[in-house]
This record gives sequence, C-alpha cells and structure tokens, in this order.
Amino acid sequence: MLAFLVSSIRLGMTFLFGSTGETITEKSGHLNLGIPGVMCVGASCGCFAEYLYLTAAKSNANYFLAVFIPILATLLGGALMGLIFSFLTVTLRANQNVTGLALTTFGVGVSDYMIAETGSIYSKGSRYFTTSLPFADDLGAVGEIFFSHGILIYLAIVIALVSAFVLNKTRIGLNLRAVGENPATADAAGINVSRYRYASTCIGCAIAGLGGLSFIMDYLNGNWEYCIDAIGWLTIALVIFTVWKPHLAIFGSLIFGALYIASSYITGVSFASKEIFKMLPYVVTVIVLIFTSIRDRKENQPPQALGLPYFREER
Amino acid sequence: MDKSPAIELKGICKSFAGKIANNNVNLTVNRGEILSILGENGSGKTTLMNMIAGIYFPDEGQIFIDGKEVVIRSPKDAFKYKIGMIHQHFKLVDVFSATENIILGLNEKGSFNIKEAVKKVKEISDKYGFEIDPMKKIHEMSVSEKQTVEIIKVLYRGADILILDEPTAVLTPQETQKLFAVLRRMREHGKSIIIITHKLHEVLSLSDKVAVLRKGEYVGTVETAKTNEAELTEMMVGKKISLNIDRSEPENCTERLVVKGLNCVDREGVKVLNNISFTAFSGEILGIAGIAGSGQRELLEAIAGLQKVNEGEIVYNNPKTGTQDNLRDKTPMQIRDLGVRLSFVPEDRLGMGLVGNMDIIDNMMLRSYRKGKSVFLERKAPKDLAEKIIKDLEVVTPDAHTPVRRLSGGNIQKILVGREIAASPTVLMAAYPVRGLDIGASYTIYNLLNKQKEKGVAVIFVGEDLDVLIELCDRILVIGSGSVTGIVDARSTTKEEIGLLMTKAKDSHGGEKNE
Repeated sequence: MLAFLVSSIRLGMTFLFGSTGETITEKSGHLNLGIPGVMCVGASCGCFAEYLYLTAAKSNANYFLAVFIPILATLLGGALMGLIFSFLTVTLRANQNVTGLALTTFGVGVSDYMIAETGSIYSKGSRYFTTSLPFADDLGAVGEIFFSHGILIYLAIVIALVSAFVLNKTRIGLNLRAVGENPATADAAGINVSRYRYASTCIGCAIAGLGGLSFIMDYLNGNWEYCIDAIGWLTIALVIFTVWKPHLAIFGSLIFGALYIASSYITGVSFASKEIFKMLPYVVTVIVLIFTSIRDRKENQPPQALGLPYFREER
Repeated sequence: MDKSPAIELKGICKSFAGKIANNNVNLTVNRGEILSILGENGSGKTTLMNMIAGIYFPDEGQIFIDGKEVVIRSPKDAFKYKIGMIHQHFKLVDVFSATENIILGLNEKGSFNIKEAVKKVKEISDKYGFEIDPMKKIHEMSVSEKQTVEIIKVLYRGADILILDEPTAVLTPQETQKLFAVLRRMREHGKSIIIITHKLHEVLSLSDKVAVLRKGEYVGTVETAKTNEAELTEMMVGKKISLNIDRSEPENCTERLVVKGLNCVDREGVKVLNNISFTAFSGEILGIAGIAGSGQRELLEAIAGLQKVNEGEIVYNNPKTGTQDNLRDKTPMQIRDLGVRLSFVPEDRLGMGLVGNMDIIDNMMLRSYRKGKSVFLERKAPKDLAEKIIKDLEVVTPDAHTPVRRLSGGNIQKILVGREIAASPTVLMAAYPVRGLDIGASYTIYNLLNKQKEKGVAVIFVGEDLDVLIELCDRILVIGSGSVTGIVDARSTTKEEIGLLMTKAKDSHGGEKNE
C-alpha cells in the first residue's frame, strides 16, 4: 500500500508538470498536441546532459550540478520545441493540430533514438534526483509519503501553485487568459497577442519537458525502457479533467497517477482486466467532460479561442 | 469651450487585396464636438475608424492629433493618443467580470489591485451616469450593459476621443436615449466623439457635424444644423431616393396561422412565453413590438419548432391542401417544408442561419442540398440563386465565392433574408432583418417584405424601430415579459400608445416580482 502511494505520487507529479505546462499553453489559445513529443525531447535533453556531465566529472560530481544541469537542458529543450510550435502556428499560421502532432512524432522519434543508443544508463544520474530529505527515514510512513521524494516532485507542486497564482491573481495572468479567450479583444486592448502566445507556449513546453525528465529519473529510476508518449497524452486529458486549473491539477494528477498504476498493485486479476485499469484515467476524463458540459458553467469551459489562429487584419 | 481640432485625417487611403476600402478621406473633429459618420454598407466607415484605433494601418495619408502628426501602428498607440473605440461587435471576454475587462491590457503603476479598479469604475459610472455592476460577468449581461462596459473601458483609459461604431443598432429606444444623454454629458466635459450610424434622426438629434462616405470615397462634411434628411440621404446614396414605404391594403385575408394559449419555459425553468394568442393572416404584415428580450425570439422559435412548447396550440391552415396542421407536433424540418420560414437575424448575425466560412453559393445550398436527385450536389441552381440575390439586393461582394464572414454586416443580412424569401414561403418570419443596416438597404428589405405580403404570404416582422413598425405593418402585436399586452392597428396607432403598452407589461412584471 505504501509503495503504491509513493509510486502514485511520483507518477502523478510527472503528469502535473505536463498538465501545468499544457494549461499555460492552452490559456493562450494554443492547443499543443505536441506535448508527448515535448516531454520526450525534454527527457532526452535532460538525460543526455546528465550523461555528459557525469562522464566529464567522473567521481567529483556534486549534487547541485548533477541536478541543475539536466534541469536546465530539459527546460531549454522544451522551450525550443515550444518555439518551433509557436513559429509554425503564430508566424507561419500553420494549423495547430497538425503542427502539434508533427512535434509528437518528432519527439517520440528522438527519444526512441536515445533509448536505442544509450538505453538504461541513467540509473547513476537518477540517484541524484531521488535524493530525498535527510529526515524522511525517521518519520515512518508519513516521511515515506511526504518527504521521501526527490527535488523534481516538490518542484512540480511549486510550479503548479505559482502558475495558478500568476494566472488568476496577476495582470500578466489576466492578459494571458484574455488572449486565449478572445484574441481580438486582447489585441484591441493593446496586448501583444503574438508575444503572449510565444512566451506562454515556450514556458509551458519547458515545464512540460520537466515532466519527461521526472518520469525517467524519479519514476523509472533511470531505467529508460520504453517511450513516454502515453504519459504525454494523459497529461492532455488531465488538463481537461482539471478544467484548466493548475491548482486542481495537483490533486487530479495524484488521482491519475494512482489509476494508471493501480493495475500493477491489484492481484488476482487477468492481464486483460489489468489493461482495463489503465483506461480509467481516460474514462474519468470523459465523465468530467460530460459533467462540466451539463453544468454549463462558462468558467469551466475551455478557453474560447483554443486552437484558433489569430491574425489581426483578417475579418 | 475651446473648439480646437482634436483629430484631423488627411488623404487617408486603404485597400484590402486590391479592393479600395477608403480613398482620400479628410476629416476634422474638434474638442467638445460630436461628429457623425454616415454611409451605406461597405462604404468604409468601420475601416476608417479602425485605422484611427490602430487595428488597421493606412496605406497612405496622415493623422494629426492636436495639430501634431502621429503614427498609430497598434491599439496601444491609439491609447497613447487618448483614442478609444467602442466596436460594433463588442470586444469583451465573456468569462471575465466587467472590471476585469475594463483593466485588461493596462499597465498601471503599482500592484495589481482589483478592488482599486472597482472603485475607479464606480467613480466613472457616477460621473457620467452609467448603471453598472462592476463585478458582474459579461456573459450574464444584456447587450446594453455590455456596451456600457465598453464605454467605461475607454473612459477608464482616459480617452478624450471616443469612436462608437453603430452603438444604437442593438439598443431599444429607451436605452438609446440614455446613451445619448451620456454622450452629451461627455461632450460637455470636452470629449470629442465620433459616432458611426445610419439612422438619420439620430444623426440630426445628436451630432454637431456629419461626414459622409460613399463606396470608400469621402463625399463631404456638413453642419447638422444646416442640413436635413433628404440632403444627407442624397449625399450618402449618390441619388435621390424616396423614404416612403408603399403600404398596400391587405387583400384576400384568410387565417394562416392561429396561435392559442402558448406557454414556454426556458432551460432554467423561467417562463418566457405566457399564454400568447394571436392570428396571422395571409397578405398581411403583423408587426411584433416589445423591449428586447421580452420573448420575441422564443415566440418565433416556438412557431418554427426550435423551442419546446409546454402548452398551447399553433394551428397552420395549409393553403395548398386546405387542411389544418398543428405545428406543435412537427419537427423543424417538417414545418419548413410546409412553407413556414424563419429568417432570424440574431445579435451576432452569423450565429444562426449562415455559415461564416462558407461562400455565398454554399450558404444557398444549406437550404437546398436535400433536393438533388443524384448522389452528387447540385451546384447550378444555388449558384444562380446566389447571383440573383447579389444582383437584386445589391450585395457588395467581390464574387459569389467569397466567404460570408468577410462581408459587412448589412450584406450578410441581405443574403440571409434573400435566401429565405427565395424559398417562396407561406409564412415568413423576419426578426430584426434591418438591424445594423443602412437606409438604402433597409428600404430594400422593407420592399421585399411588402412584395411577399402582396403575394399572399403571412409576414411576421419583429422590429425595433417603432417608426418603421407603424409605417410598414398592418397590425402590431405588443409583447411584454412574455405576454401579449395589446394588438393595435398600425394605421391608427401612435408611438406613444405602443410605448405605453411595452412599459405596461414591464410594470406588471415588476409587480409580480415584489409579491
């Protein structure tokens, strides 16, 4: 049971990175279906940076650099993907769905290559990420659940809370939401729509990239065996599940994490019915969609301009 | 009051994809002055104003503010020069509150403080006499409230030059009077106001000067005090047109549609139609008057089968078969096939009836695609129809293949009304068919309705302009808070009588609430 909870939290926080990033992106009106690809690329960049650093530093590697360098590389990799997405959709006005799917295909390809080339050699790096608070072991079950995690897990919660605050309580957040709801209105109000879309997409993708890194380092303990795009798709579902609210995503991600791994912890059922459990996150997302649609609260609907391009002089 | 020029335009030109929208326009507006801009649909009024507001950038020409030449490249620049525009299609974010919309995009010094902003919004409301709840969400507001938010938004930014794009198109007479009172108060405070409208009596009662545009060309500016309706119309259209509606006597009237004791509730369970009974005769125009949102829309939708009817009957006397049908039991498709047509022009014109991204021909096909015999679409007939409507109703469009949303509002309406009439209906329901239309186009539509009446069609016309209702219709049904408050003869009634019936319902409604 304890192991189940701990695993749920670790996997959940991976989702949380992705969904926070995607929420920030979607709030600007960008439906980025490239998130799975972004997470793959983020993970690849982070892992590769870690590999380079550990090879170079040999035995003198210190904790700070071993964590900081991969995170930085992941952020840059994710942001670069966001930049490509924005450039294609904002500047060249490509279709967002097509662009996103292309990025996913690309990202999955990159990570497949990484798996094939470097495989599961990151367990050494993973040690740095899973280094927990020193007093965790003294607190028994409570310590195990709340304090036994590596830095990325806490970072996910902090980023989600900061995002929720920025989105709802600051001028930047207000402007960003306006861009996603009604870009023409935002434009007429003197907000630079393109700049906001570029920035939010790059920042969102950088955060989502961390999800990929967290998945490899925290959840798989550095044993990169299979591709992580399935996680990426779930984060998009999570955004809908939590009705575009990062603070709700903290709890939503835990539920998703638990549902996703529940099959491994339930004994006495056939392989086929285990697979049904993996479907549960999608099922609850559909239920939430139905529920929010029936309630018809405007506040719980997706940003109105989601997926739509904006060009000022077009009528 | 110091009457120095606030804004001057010299030789402004703008074209879209080779089509000239504005050619060599010159304008001057002084401080503490109201200028009306008058012009037909597609004459480039909105384009011109968008250039002052920084939405578009002029190809040629100069703009002077307080005598200094300026370059306005974006809405931000426009704010810098204290220019604020209230667009015809409101630029508001639905899920935000009034205050959030007002402070959107501002870079005020100090920390982000919504309470301060609410206080400032209240101050502005009190100064100019607006009534607004600063925390109310936009999607819960009426059209006139939304407009108020738009106006406060530009005032909050300290605008000295206000541009209003057809502000009265969506307002009731009472709301219009309120708006004009506010605008006059602003003029006293030294603001310059540019108002786009084509209601001539509004131009004459409100503005100090009138500038006229025709097909993108600047015709001239005249002082309101020294002009009259006929002269302005001639400047606008380029030729003399008569402003009379030839109302013929109704002939061969038979009962076409009999509505008995109709009751409807909306999705929230609120009663929207209360025991409505009336008869629509063939060869007659029945007008429906009432304050916006009194149940006009629901009534028409109930007849068209789009609104669920809880109680009551809608009996349709079929002129072809002589049978009586109860429309209540029929699907919208069956009702349409019987010849009952609804041409509804909602507040957002593209909302119902037309698909914005499709071209004119495809929009014609929306009504005819079931007719073809082969598996492939029949394109010839819709194409002919589209071309006929473009020609007959003088739709301004590059060609029949232009997506509808690129056309100006009036032209979109002509296409919608034209298509419904082309189906040779037996009952034609037109809701606000001239909303936002200029004078020439409005009269085209009135004449179309009259022609339908002469053909023996039962026309039901929901209108806003009481003058027009009295001139056009044979009988007027007044509706208030979902109940019929009176049916009057249009030839003998007065505006005051109808107005009284409209407000009478409001009082009784208020009384119910108090109980």
